[in-house]
Amino acid sequence: MSDTTSPIAGRELAAVAQLRIVPRRFYGRWVAAAAILAVLAWLVSAFVEGDIAWPVVGQFFTAPAILSGLGNTLIMTVCAMALGVVLGVVFAIMYMSPNPVLRGVALFYIWFFRGTPLLLQLLIWFNLALVFPTIGIPGLFSWRTIDVIGPFMATLLGLGMNQGAYTAEVVRGGILSVDTGQTEAAKAIGMTRLTTLRRIVLPQAMRVIIPPVGNEVISMVKLTSVASVIQYAEILRNAQTIYYANARVIELLIVAAGWYLLVVTLLQIGQYFLERHFSKGRGGSRKQRAAAVEEEPA
Amino acid sequence: MSAVQSQAGGDTAIVSVAHVSKFFGPFRALNDVSLSIEPGMVQCIIGPSGSGKSTLLRCINQLEKIDQGAIRLDGELIGYRRVGDELHELSDAEIARQRLATGMVFQRFNLFNHMTALQNIIEGPLTVLKRPRKEIVAEAMALLERVGLADKRDSYPSELSGGQQQRVAIARALAMRPKIMLFDEPTSALDPELVGEVLNVMRDLAASGMTMIVVTHELGFAREVANDVVFMARGEIVERGAPDVVLVAPTQARTREFIAAVLK
Repeated sequence: MSDTTSPIAGRELAAVAQLRIVPRRFYGRWVAAAAILAVLAWLVSAFVEGDIAWPVVGQFFTAPAILSGLGNTLIMTVCAMALGVVLGVVFAIMYMSPNPVLRGVALFYIWFFRGTPLLLQLLIWFNLALVFPTIGIPGLFSWRTIDVIGPFMATLLGLGMNQGAYTAEVVRGGILSVDTGQTEAAKAIGMTRLTTLRRIVLPQAMRVIIPPVGNEVISMVKLTSVASVIQYAEILRNAQTIYYANARVIELLIVAAGWYLLVVTLLQIGQYFLERHFSKGRGGSRKQRAAAVEEEPA
Repeated sequence: MSAVQSQAGGDTAIVSVAHVSKFFGPFRALNDVSLSIEPGMVQCIIGPSGSGKSTLLRCINQLEKIDQGAIRLDGELIGYRRVGDELHELSDAEIARQRLATGMVFQRFNLFNHMTALQNIIEGPLTVLKRPRKEIVAEAMALLERVGLADKRDSYPSELSGGQQQRVAIARALAMRPKIMLFDEPTSALDPELVGEVLNVMRDLAASGMTMIVVTHELGFAREVANDVVFMARGEIVERGAPDVVLVAPTQARTREFIAAVLK
């Protein structure tokens, strides 16, 4: 095998061109695939023979408590993400404002909420009543904090504010991706800063903002599980409540894992279509590049 | 043309630039520039790159803020309100209103990429002037007709050639009914065969009596259409006069060198 290539004389070439071609054989791939299959088979058999009561998994997969937990998980994902996106846009705009006060507030917000663990933030919100027994505007109205900030509110504020800090950076990146010529053209036809943002810059920034935000929706589904520690009745907490009663720990964790995988898979499919839609864009970059390529030879 | 004599800026001038300087860090982009332009005039500004001609244009519509001097546009001091002996900076909204007097055409077109040709043109009248949609769509179509692109109303900028994009950009600026049009090297980013169609639109516009300030390297166009030509170098006005003088028999050595280099 020292000489792997074949010297060939010119007159032979036409004859060689007629020979049968044998594709390369990838023996390594077959060996690797076989090994992986063996490991998988062993894992599956281990779980099947292991001390897991699979009928219990099936029985609880659609139990009312699990489904209501799933509902709460989805509701929280939507609400927290909505709050996060709104805060993200607001703070990104503040961050890029020429006003140093707004900029300072935005910098502090992003610094604080990215700089502390989410779990800690949730605990602070949930225990806010310890600091402020009542909230409201003194003299006008006030509520007992403990009534206003229950598990749902604390989770919403914790996840939403935390998400807002990350989304602000994503939105800022999106805004920066829009050519400054667009802003100048908008100014030149008499638009104010905010109108320019709303009508010209943000719609074009969406193409850059949508894919990472889609990603973060998927993380948010799983992140809501953290709220189980502050008694928000999402799917993991409800699974725990059940296994505290029936001691089927692994079975119920498998139920929860199954639902998370199912939801995330659906979201991934949705994200694929969403990204395809936005990368096409109305006169978007792909088309532009195609047009530029066509023009080039001229 | 009496405009040549009105350097000091008579009351009839639509734009008067007085002793304007502009710095980018330590770099002096404009150095004590004074210039005034009468209504209906086509003023061309020529000069090497970095001479400050685009900066001057951008100062007139306040895309750049001037550091010294003053600019009067359509009878108003721009950027400031005079309060006794002080000049108070105007708000974002007031500056936006002052910009309505000018229409700007950019070197790189800067059409809104997410909007069709028609949407680009009606965007300003719709969101800034808040005029009824029906009325402005009809006007926009007339403008598209005027620049010869009525059939491209639903095309996105990415589907148009550079020359077509620039013509839509001119229509977009005209839709705001400006008193004066500013052109910042409108043909410099175009392939040579597309320059003519844009210059034709500008020629028609000049013939219609529009006041225009045109920063350009198209000396032929300047000679044909301009009432007056300014040659700038290093942030200063070196020479100003009738096109047949400045472009053909300039009095300054720097102007002669520049024109010789462009024509080569």
